[in-house]
Amino acid sequence: MNEQVALKKETQAENNKDFEIRDYLRLDLFPHFMCPGCGHGIALRALLWAIHEQGIDKDKLAIVSGIGCSGRVGTYIDANTFHTTHGRPLAFATGLKMARPDLHVIVITGDGDCLAIGGNHLIHAARRNLDITCLMLNNEIYGMTGGQVSPTTPHDRFTTTTPAGNMEPVFDASRLAEAAGAGFVGRELTIHLPRLRDLISEGLEYKGFSFIEVMSDCTEVNGRKNDLGSSPEMVLGQTRTMRPSEYDNNVVDHPFRPNSMDMGVFVRSDRPEYGESYRNMVDQLQGLTQKGQK
Amino acid sequence: MTGQETVNLQGNHACALGAVAAGCRFYAGYPITPSSEVAERLAKELPKVGGVFLQMEDEIASIAATLGASMGGVKSMTATSGPGFSLKQENIGYGMGAEVPCVIINVMRGGPSTGMPTRPAQGDLMQARWGTHGDHPVIALTPGSVEEIYEQTARAFALSEKLRIPVTVLFDESLGHLVETFALPDVTAYEDTVRKWATGKPEDYSPYKADADGVPPMARPGDGYRVHTTGLTVEESGFPTQKAEVVEPVMQRLLGKIEINNDLVESFEDVDCKDAEVVVVALGVVGRAARKAVRELRAQGVKAGLFRPITLWPFPTKSFRKLTKKAKHFVVAEMNAGQLILEIGSAKVDKQAVSGLNRFDGQPISPFQIVTSVKEVLGHE
Repeated sequence: MNEQVALKKETQAENNKDFEIRDYLRLDLFPHFMCPGCGHGIALRALLWAIHEQGIDKDKLAIVSGIGCSGRVGTYIDANTFHTTHGRPLAFATGLKMARPDLHVIVITGDGDCLAIGGNHLIHAARRNLDITCLMLNNEIYGMTGGQVSPTTPHDRFTTTTPAGNMEPVFDASRLAEAAGAGFVGRELTIHLPRLRDLISEGLEYKGFSFIEVMSDCTEVNGRKNDLGSSPEMVLGQTRTMRPSEYDNNVVDHPFRPNSMDMGVFVRSDRPEYGESYRNMVDQLQGLTQKGQK
Repeated sequence: MTGQETVNLQGNHACALGAVAAGCRFYAGYPITPSSEVAERLAKELPKVGGVFLQMEDEIASIAATLGASMGGVKSMTATSGPGFSLKQENIGYGMGAEVPCVIINVMRGGPSTGMPTRPAQGDLMQARWGTHGDHPVIALTPGSVEEIYEQTARAFALSEKLRIPVTVLFDESLGHLVETFALPDVTAYEDTVRKWATGKPEDYSPYKADADGVPPMARPGDGYRVHTTGLTVEESGFPTQKAEVVEPVMQRLLGKIEINNDLVESFEDVDCKDAEVVVVALGVVGRAARKAVRELRAQGVKAGLFRPITLWPFPTKSFRKLTKKAKHFVVAEMNAGQLILEIGSAKVDKQAVSGLNRFDGQPISPFQIVTSVKEVLGHE
């Protein structure tokens, strides 16, 4: 077993070296639509790198996305791409994965798509633990529609619909997914590209529902309105409010980093994967039926 | 599931079995009265044939998962009633726009809102036509007996696959819960109808380039085409566009593809329409009462006829006009405040009069009511 793991790591390291992002993109669609400074492109690179590392066949790769900036990201991937309705990519992906277990199904969604209009689908996809990788690009804003407050917009942040500052508390998406039963949960910043790639890679490898929250940044309609600076400044600002998951919430560091969020892998569980459970039930039932016929 | 096997079935169960017979291998739904028996039966039947049954978290997830399964290449279905049908509308429109086949069953109950969940109604006729936003092609079928529910559900799959469109099957609570004995119709032809799959070189394939029948072949994930599917308005390549000169022909093709295939889609029942002075127009369970009423009226010497659309949308206007040329009156009997009558109003020719017989108290319309209504119309002449 250890030998197999070592071999796999070796293959991954080998795959890592010859990663060429152009092999995975629909280059004829370029230039892309993303604003200068947007973190979504880096998240896309990390995802494609992880896909390459896992050696996933593009023909067997299905990217399902919803509406918003996150929804458009999948369009650039040279795979079977499904740009569905607002909030529903996880529900579409559930049908697709159950009907076609041979496909590798990845959902790309955003904080509005996944936590507001699609919140119900997130908690139930996590509960079901079907083998889908869900990449939630959290830019803390509705970017595509012009910068309205989202369920992850920090307190006091100005947006076009919170002219006096946001008064609503935020969702911690990863904790929500964890509580709902997701088998694999992790969070990472775009500035930590290799770590983000490794996190996504582990999520792709995981048999079950893996939820990966990518802390993206929106300089255009979020940063600008709140004087958060240029993109590098915004990303560096993120590093100041994040801490590795090993850090205890109550250690000395805490007073210097109030309201900090943790990063890393939060959950790795061995809960049964739903698709496999379902197919086992079908096999058993068909076995019983055949026995009965004899 | 073919041949002359005689069965005794409830409408909702017949619907479930008709779906399986037509090759349905995926169902996603949410419990709702009075359609739940469709789901309950499929929860038993689908695993037996290696299919997937999913009870989803809500109505929207149900239609989304149904479309997702179909995008994967599997014949799929969902079932609901009025409130759920309302919730599904956005994604039904997605299926119409992105041309993803699937079948939606709506076992109608009294409305508006929660209405009368255990009472029959025909209140969703217009919602089935115009429920989703924007211009869109549509097919809706309205069976009138348990046997027809079995057959039309199977046919819905064939039409849906052939024309790449979500097809709605509408029947009401009384038919859904009606138990009838009948010989199972042979639906092998419907089972054998599958959508056109893309073949040939991926570089020569355009996802929305249609054949002469107005329907483009679909790419199956895993076959090497790696195409893009979206609810945005697209050019033939499958990628979004907003160029007026590209959008116009794309929309023309999408909206026109049902009419090109009208021979396949159109279906109706005609009882003595040719020489009828008064034609009763009714569908679903009301069609049964109307048939009896017409027989009775004929026995009394009244020249009455019945036109019962089985394909409600698109309404078979041309055939309707041709058959009812001699009619002076139409009596549109329906279990709502007047929906089908709007279509008859625009389908009839100038001098023909139209009156409605409407009931929306949760009770079916009786043959006696129809007879009385027809006589009233004649008396006023």
